[in-house]
Order: sequence, then structure tokens, then C-alpha cells
Amino acid sequence: MKISTFVFTFKQGFKNIFRNKIFSLATIATIAACIFLFGLCYSVIENVRYSIQKAETNVAVTVFFDEGISEARIQEIGDAIRGRSEVASVQFVSAAEAWEAFKVDYLGEYADGYEGDNPLEGSENFEIYLNDVSKQQQLVSYLETVDGVREINHSDVTANILTQFNRLLSYVSLGIIGILLAVSLFLISNTVAMGIAVRREEIGIMKLIGATDFVVRSPFLIEGILLGVIGASIPLIAVYFIYNKIIVYAADQFAILNDILQFKTARDVFSVLIPVALVMGVGLGFFGSLITVRKHLRV
Amino acid sequence: MITLENVSKSYTNDGMPALNNVSLHIDRGEFVFIVGDSGSGKSTMIKLLLRELTPTSGRIIVNNFDLSRLKRRKIPKYRRNIGVVFQDFRLLKDRNVYENVAFAQRVIEVPTRQIKKNVPAMLSLVGLPEKYRSKTKELSGGEQQRVALARALVNNPPILLADEPTGNLDPRNSWEIMKLLEEINRRGTTVVVVTHNREIVNAMRKRVITVKKGIIVSDEEKGEYIDED
Ligand SMILES: Nc1ncnc2c1ncn2[C@@H]1O[C@H](COP(=O)(O)OP(=O)(O)OP(=O)(O)O)[C@@H](O)[C@H]1O
Ligand SMILES: [Mg+2]
Repeated sequence: MKISTFVFTFKQGFKNIFRNKIFSLATIATIAACIFLFGLCYSVIENVRYSIQKAETNVAVTVFFDEGISEARIQEIGDAIRGRSEVASVQFVSAAEAWEAFKVDYLGEYADGYEGDNPLEGSENFEIYLNDVSKQQQLVSYLETVDGVREINHSDVTANILTQFNRLLSYVSLGIIGILLAVSLFLISNTVAMGIAVRREEIGIMKLIGATDFVVRSPFLIEGILLGVIGASIPLIAVYFIYNKIIVYAADQFAILNDILQFKTARDVFSVLIPVALVMGVGLGFFGSLITVRKHLRV
Repeated sequence: MITLENVSKSYTNDGMPALNNVSLHIDRGEFVFIVGDSGSGKSTMIKLLLRELTPTSGRIIVNNFDLSRLKRRKIPKYRRNIGVVFQDFRLLKDRNVYENVAFAQRVIEVPTRQIKKNVPAMLSLVGLPEKYRSKTKELSGGEQQRVALARALVNNPPILLADEPTGNLDPRNSWEIMKLLEEINRRGTTVVVVTHNREIVNAMRKRVITVKKGIIVSDEEKGEYIDED
């Protein structure tokens, strides 16, 4: 295609948008609504995922040792555990520290009576934090084979729930996004079909003059792409402002949940959301009009 | 330039064909009127020549293109050989005169620089040099047909087809359009005009092909409009 033809085609597509204001607005609104919802879904999902990820690192596997184990052996076991890929960090808790923690958590002011002796003698342990909860079982199986390990405490339930929630969330979000995509594709192709119907005469004239299919179709494809870009940009801007407001609001209102709710920064979220939404907008616009153009513009 | 060999066209399977075994030849540079009653098959002939329709049987050869063998994707290239005007002008109503004529050149990818030269030249040929900024819906019928003519000719096609170009015009404008067609023919374009305008046909003394119920009933040099009654 010659540059002048491209410029002309582009202008045609651009003018089409204005020539066909109502349908164009409907299309932009549709795409905008879809991408807005997508943006919200994505932001929520990302943040929940992020919170889970954060929470995961707080789920620990605790390892207790055989009675009378040597310090050197404990050291050895610790090094072996640290060397494993699913392990994020390992913390040694001495018997004294375990007792201190227990006193604070469960006894409070009544702890005084125990002054002097430590009922948790021999309960020194490793707290192992994972970088991926789904690998917990794997780690436990390994630990069971290690010499000098007396007992392993771990929370099966937490690990499984978190993993399953993660998976469920992915499926649900995929489902929602799929439906939204289908709906907007349907609406866009209808809008373009109406645009083509409105311009039947013009298309007929183009064909009589000797326009190739490519030249006849291109303005509609350009139109679709432009609508997609506009339709994607509006919700991106909207979601950006809403997002920042909500983070501040939520952090303020649900201060108690601050340990659980972990927000990603707008920058982190939007570095993914912007390109994805734009590609979605362009793709929707392009394929939405391509389907229609192929169906309605057979010469 | 244009050859029809035993061309028939039926729109339906049972009824009478719109064209029935028509053969005719038109040479390069000719000016031909096609006349006949309403429904006799004149527009069908034009549509066949434009390859909007394909014949039910027979062969059509235009400017060395054998239309029965023309592939679908070659149709645009073929149509660039043919300028066409209609009774209802078929202009883009929301665009101005210049854009309408330039449109024909855009569509076949003529560089903008060239378009800027060709369009004014064509507009002054059809007698509309100063109207190029007007929206076409603001023009009179005669002016609109001139724009349509400029659009049909701006790509320099060797053939011009006109299906009742004066059907919506008053006698004065009809004459002016016909004179323009004659001028265009004088410059070398083969011109085929379908018309009901008896007065003009009789005055211009051109070749006249008369169609009746899908059959050519007369074909005469310097012919006259034959009355049916
Ligand atoms: N698309 C179509 N489908 C079915 N029949 C058609 C179609 N177009 C034309 N016909 C029929 O074919 C015959 C010839 O029509 P055509 O339009 O060629 O006539 P015409 O000579 O141009 O008439 P007019 O002078 O009124 O324009 C008519 O009987 C008409 O009813
Ligand atoms: Mg007709």
C-alpha cells in the first residue's frame, strides 16, 4: 500500500467514526465498559493474588528435633533445608525463645508462676517459610526422611485452601474475561455491521470505480482499531484514578485487615494492565470489524 | 472494444430471460445509443458489461478482458477500464465536489500530488471549475451529473457507460450532458448511452441499438429512436 493510500485510508476510518457518531459512541462505550470491568477484575485479582502470596510466606512448617541432638547436627539440618528451592527462609527458635513467645501469646500476666524453669525444654525448632505453599507437602516428605527430626508441624489445611483459592480465582477470572470478550466482540461486530449498512451506497460506488477488497475494507478495520484504542484508553484512565482512591480508602477503613490485605502499587498493576488493555482494545476492534467486513463485504 | 456473443441473462429459472441471445460489437471510439421500452433489458446489459452480473450463457469480451474467465479478484482491475454514470448520479452526498471526484482516484491509489492536478482539470472539462467546495446535495441535478461524469472520467477509462444519464434532468441540462458525452467521445473514449430521450437521439444522428424484450430488434448507424406504438 502506498503511503498516500494509507493516509487516505486512515483519514477515512477516522472520519467514519464521526460520520457515524451514535454507533461509534455505542462501540466505544461497549469496549470501554468491557475493559473497565477487565481492569477492575484484574486489579482485584492481582491484589488478592498478591495478598495470598504475602500470606503464603507467613505459613510456616515447624521442625522439632530428637532429644539430645547436637548443635552441630541442628546446624547441618538447617543448612540442608536452606538449600532447598521451595524454602524462602529458615529461622531457628531456641527453647527459651519458644517459651517467651508462648508466654506472651497464651499466658500473659499469669506467666509469673513459671519463673525460673522452662516447661518447653527441648522444644527448640526451625520455622521454615515457603515461597510457594503448594510445595509444602514435598518439603514435609523430605523432612520426614531427615535424621534427627522428631516431629514436623505443618498446616495442611491452610496450604491447600490457599492453593485452591488461587486456582479458583484464576478460573473465575478467565471465565469472566472470556465472557466479556465475547460480549464486546459481538457488540462491536454488530456496530460495524450497522456502519456498513449505513455506507452500503458508498461501498457500492467504491466497487464500481474499481476499488480492491483491501481498499474497501481497510477503513472499517482502521475504524475498528481506533475505536478499540479509544475504548481502552478511557477505562484505563478511569481505573487508574479509582484504583489510587480505593487503595487509600481501603487501607484507611480496614486498618485491622492490613496484615491480610496487601496492595500492589498502581504502577505495578498498570505496567501490565496498560499494554494488555490496549492490545485487547485493538484486538477487539480489529477482529470485531474483520468478522463483519468478511461477512458483509463480499464483492 | 466491446463484444457480446449470444449473450442471455435470466434472473429466474422459469420466466422470460431479460436478455435473449444477444450478439453485438462496438468498436473503439464509437458513440452508441441503446434505446428500448422499460424492462427491455438495457440496464441488464450495462450490468453485464460492468461485471455486476454474469451472463447465463454466451461470452462477453471488453477491452480484451474475457468476462466469463475473469477471476473475482481481478474485477477491480477490470472496472478501472470503465467509467460509469447513472440516472441517480450516485454521489457521496456528505462530501464536496472535489472529494467526490478525488475519491475515484484515491480508490485506485493515485498519489495525492497527482490527484490535486487531475481533479480540477476534470472539473473544468465538465464545466464546474468553481464549485468544487460545494456539498453535492446542494447542487442542481445537472451539476450533480457533471460531478458524476467527472468522477467517471478522471481515471481516463477507455470506455464510458451511461445508464439514462439524463433521466432526471430538464431538457436544457439533458442537452448539455449529451454534448459533454459527445465531447468526451471526440477525445477518444468509447461511449455507450442508454436513454429514453427521443429528441436527443434523433437529433444527434449516432448509432442506435434498439432492444425489445431482451432481443436486439434494430441496430443502425445514424439511427433514430423507433416508436413502439
Ligand atoms: N434483480 C432482478 N431480479 C429479477 N428480475 C430482474 C432484476 N433486474 C431486472 N429484472 C427484470 O429483467 C428485465 C429487464 O430489466 P432491465 O432493468 O434490464 O430493464 P431496462 O431496459 O433497463 O428498463 P428501464 O428502461 O425501465 O430502466 C425486466 O423484466 C426486469 O423486471
Ligand atoms: Mg434501466
